[in-house]
Amino acid sequence: MVERKIRVLVAKPGLDGHDRGAKVVARALRDAGMEVIYTGLRQTPEMIAESALQEDVDAVGLSILSGAHMALVPRVLELLRENGQEHVKVFVGGIIPDEDIPRLLEMGVAGVYGPGTLTDTIIEDIRKLTAGKSEQVVSS
Amino acid sequence: MTLAQDVLQGNRLALARLLTHIENNTEEGKAGLKALFPQTGKAHIIGVTGAPGTGKSSLVNQLALHFRRSDSTRSYRVGIVAVDPSSPFTGGAILGDRVRMRDLAGDSGVFIRSMASRGSLGGLAAATSGVVQALDAAGYEIILIETVGAGQAEVDIARLAHTTLVVETPGLGDDIQAIKAGILEIADILVINKADQPGVEAAERALRSMLQLGHPAAHVFENHQPKPGHEIPVLSFSTPEVTGNHWIPPIVRTVATEGAGLPELVEQIQLHYQYLKDSGNLMLRERTRLRSELDLLLRETLMSRWRERVAEEEYWLTLDLLTQRKLSPWEAVEELLKKC
Ligand SMILES: Nc1nc2c(ncn2[C@@H]2O[C@H](COP(=O)(O)OP(=O)(O)OP(=O)(O)O)[C@@H](O)[C@H]2O)c(=O)[nH]1
Ligand SMILES: [Mg+2]
Repeated sequence: MVERKIRVLVAKPGLDGHDRGAKVVARALRDAGMEVIYTGLRQTPEMIAESALQEDVDAVGLSILSGAHMALVPRVLELLRENGQEHVKVFVGGIIPDEDIPRLLEMGVAGVYGPGTLTDTIIEDIRKLTAGKSEQVVSS
Repeated sequence: MTLAQDVLQGNRLALARLLTHIENNTEEGKAGLKALFPQTGKAHIIGVTGAPGTGKSSLVNQLALHFRRSDSTRSYRVGIVAVDPSSPFTGGAILGDRVRMRDLAGDSGVFIRSMASRGSLGGLAAATSGVVQALDAAGYEIILIETVGAGQAEVDIARLAHTTLVVETPGLGDDIQAIKAGILEIADILVINKADQPGVEAAERALRSMLQLGHPAAHVFENHQPKPGHEIPVLSFSTPEVTGNHWIPPIVRTVATEGAGLPELVEQIQLHYQYLKDSGNLMLRERTRLRSELDLLLRETLMSRWRERVAEEEYWLTLDLLTQRKLSPWEAVEELLKKC
């Protein structure tokens, strides 16, 4: 019997051309046995939501270094909801000022991870979140 | 409404969901495929295979753009299935083919699905055929399948696709060994991608001389005509009546990053499909494919039915007797079948 695979979309929205962090996370998730759909740089929220829909993912990881998270994240959440994918867990990584973290969580983001977060933490959180054991994890 | 009904209504989320069920081989997945099967058989299924990094995803991106463009004869709805390898150690996978397909974003006439091979070795996943059927039923008229870039002859794709593209790149010219004979057996169209790079001439010469040695597929057809009571060989798409009318794989040069050579490639793909229809090969391929699917399913179902009825213990006891040479394998089978 095949176990149910966790499918995660890892995307890099915004205009900064740097996806090293996103790639590190993608590899870590793969090594944890997940199927990672990697979409590359400069994804618009529309592209992210469309990929999430076609790929029927359990979670979406957004890597944002540009500082545009307060614009990009709510748009992604809104589009996911519009598409009937409110069950998809969204986590955000990158450079997020402390004061923005509670606001992101309030919007419905499942987890926020700053630089230096252990990938093991992210993996564990995704496992918990997609198993439906918790709605939100505390940010680190 | 059932998932299958939603899919037929054009609900993309339902389609995505059903594809997951098919991949996971769930009861919902099987029920969906059962319900959708009468609606399948309309799509032109095109396989794209070749070594890692040859430009398969970039080509699929360009092909989809061309089939979507309505300024040619017409515009087609395009489904894409991109298969990447699962790690044999962790079972995880990075599915990165979408990176090269960003031109297709925002087009509701395109549906892209990434698949991990999940332990399957032939360049496809076990569920790829089911995923293609669902896309076909959902009204995608052109289905492009990108295989795992394993670099060897992937017979599975030739069996599933109507038209198989084998992608090569310049640089193979000096080393004719690099072109495995098996690849020519499965190729309906040979693509030399990255034609902007040096060595195109040599690559084309090498491929052409391989073709002139005789298209191996013709060989397969002629030497393995199905005889009554014999297993139809895997690649016997042809029939004795059409052996005088071979399709010789054309060689097309492309630059997938810019789109050069794409009109010619699309034209050859359409010519090949027309050839399959006119020669009767399309129906034959379909029949061969469905037959192997039927046989496989029959074997699996008979086996699992038998397992349900016979205690595992009996099996191991019989194996003991076999090991002790008290039974022959034939007698062992007879004994085991008697028990159910
Ligand atoms: N110069 C040149 N580069 C190309 C061409 N086509 C693709 N590439 C580049 O080749 C690299 C690999 O392209 P992909 O389309 O990802 O190749 P692929 O065969 O799908 O790769 P895998 O799925 O990893 O096996 C990318 O950097 C492309 O930009 C071409 O015609 N010319
Ligand atoms: Mg690829």
